[in-house]
Amino acid sequence: MIRKFTGGAVAFGASLAAATPVWAQEAVEAAKPVANPGNNAWMMTATVLVLLMIIPGLTLFYGGLTRSKNMLSTMTQIGATACLAMLVWVMWGFSLAFGATSYEGMLGNFISGGSYFLSGMTAETTAATFTDEVISEYVFVSFQMTFAAITAALILGATAERMKFSAVMMFVPIWLTIVYFPIAHMVWAGDGLLFKAGALDFAGGTVVHINAGVSGLVLAYLLGKRRGYPSEPMPPHSMTLTMVGTGLLWVGWFGFNAGSALEADGFAGLAMINTFVATAAGALTWMVIEKLAGHKGSALGFCSGVIAGLVAVTPAAGNSGPFGAILLGILSSIVCYFAVAKLKAKFGYDDSLDAFGIHGVGGIVGAIGTGIVYQPFLGGPGDGSTALGAQLWVQTEGVLVTIAWAGIGTLIAGLIVKTIIGLRVSEEVEVDGLDISEHGERAYN
Amino acid sequence: MKFIIAIIKPFKLDEVREALGAIGVAGMTVSEVKGFGRQKGQTEIYRGAEYSTNMLPKVKLEIAAGDDIAEQVVETIKNVASTEAIGDGKIFVLDLADATRIRTGETGDTAL
Repeated sequence: MIRKFTGGAVAFGASLAAATPVWAQEAVEAAKPVANPGNNAWMMTATVLVLLMIIPGLTLFYGGLTRSKNMLSTMTQIGATACLAMLVWVMWGFSLAFGATSYEGMLGNFISGGSYFLSGMTAETTAATFTDEVISEYVFVSFQMTFAAITAALILGATAERMKFSAVMMFVPIWLTIVYFPIAHMVWAGDGLLFKAGALDFAGGTVVHINAGVSGLVLAYLLGKRRGYPSEPMPPHSMTLTMVGTGLLWVGWFGFNAGSALEADGFAGLAMINTFVATAAGALTWMVIEKLAGHKGSALGFCSGVIAGLVAVTPAAGNSGPFGAILLGILSSIVCYFAVAKLKAKFGYDDSLDAFGIHGVGGIVGAIGTGIVYQPFLGGPGDGSTALGAQLWVQTEGVLVTIAWAGIGTLIAGLIVKTIIGLRVSEEVEVDGLDISEHGERAYN
Repeated sequence: MKFIIAIIKPFKLDEVREALGAIGVAGMTVSEVKGFGRQKGQTEIYRGAEYSTNMLPKVKLEIAAGDDIAEQVVETIKNVASTEAIGDGKIFVLDLADATRIRTGETGDTAL
């Protein structure tokens, strides 16, 4: 049971594939499984917690980091992206990622089919968890829907202050279809390429964070730098709102991580405590590094450390003991600090709000680190059946496949949009700010 | 009459006000201002990106004083507002042609 559990956060596909024939045989004598209301209640709570991460969490976090003339543009892009992703998810997204039909051969590694427009789903149908329990299928679909929504929205941190609203709206469905759904399938579905390889990703280190970070980086290169970057000062316009957003993200992240246990059980509890301690370690570490680098421990440093810790613990949430999670939080903060303070300047890309620097880089640290902290000698829940080296290699493989898929897929999606309607606003719009030019509103009057 | 403008560090305001009250200064105007002198501002750092802000917050006092105490006012501010560190501020003294109290119409020294 444990092994099946640790195979990935959403082993729904695997369990379903294994369970379906059994159900078919027993259908005559046994009643259909019924969702346990306790588990259902927790999963519905977890689902709305992830929505809390998007609006208002991410909108305030990212919004506060932009200049005041782009506050509403940033928030509106995130909100509209999430809405679009939800609709795409129920039309064909769920189907491609976790649909009822498994394909034979190569194709099954990357996508599934069936269940388009949620066909065959009712209030009675259920989805498997990691044990014999089931949850309502609509709940599972909703929970996974919020992951697709936030991942697409995270990318916008790399493109803030210069991407057209219409370009965002065209990019999102294409990107979800060719990048997000296949990666979610590869990592979390029972017949997915990386799931079968044994890659561990409890709540989306690869699917959400590396994916969004790398996609953001590619899009940032396609868009080019903001006018005046890096010679003009572009400090965040409201650290207060960024701090509020950070808090909401942290709270919502419990839904993200502990919800990925798919049940209100001890593994949800493990994911919960890990989400506390890794984050705490990440936040303080970032401030210590600032101090060591000769600066002051800053509010933005605190917020950045919180996110770095959360990102790193995401793949490890149920795959690590609390002290392994603390290690990941510390390590992630250190690496992400150097990514945003040094790497970005060295390579000269304009990742406006550090979507790549924190989500991409922190996700890589977390995904690979999960292979280490999973081991029982570090207090992880692994049974030791997979050697450290072997697990590390599988994790690295997962990271490399995700980077390549997200990188190439985003390049294709970005170029399609660039060719058809263009990605970037005009110089005049950029100088005036996207709020007034793209939405006809001001954040502050 | 003299018009005295003093730029001081904000945390010295209360002390200066008390000391001036003690030597008979009846009123003053206080504003929160920003500016720079030899101190040259400070640096803000956001995720490794440095922004130097040239302006530092200071407090500006404006005091109209009769010729009899003007020198004492300058001396008091100089002594009380000093921390002997960079950025303590400056005092400017101008000749004041006249003053009028709006309520009574009094002018000159009696208006102060």
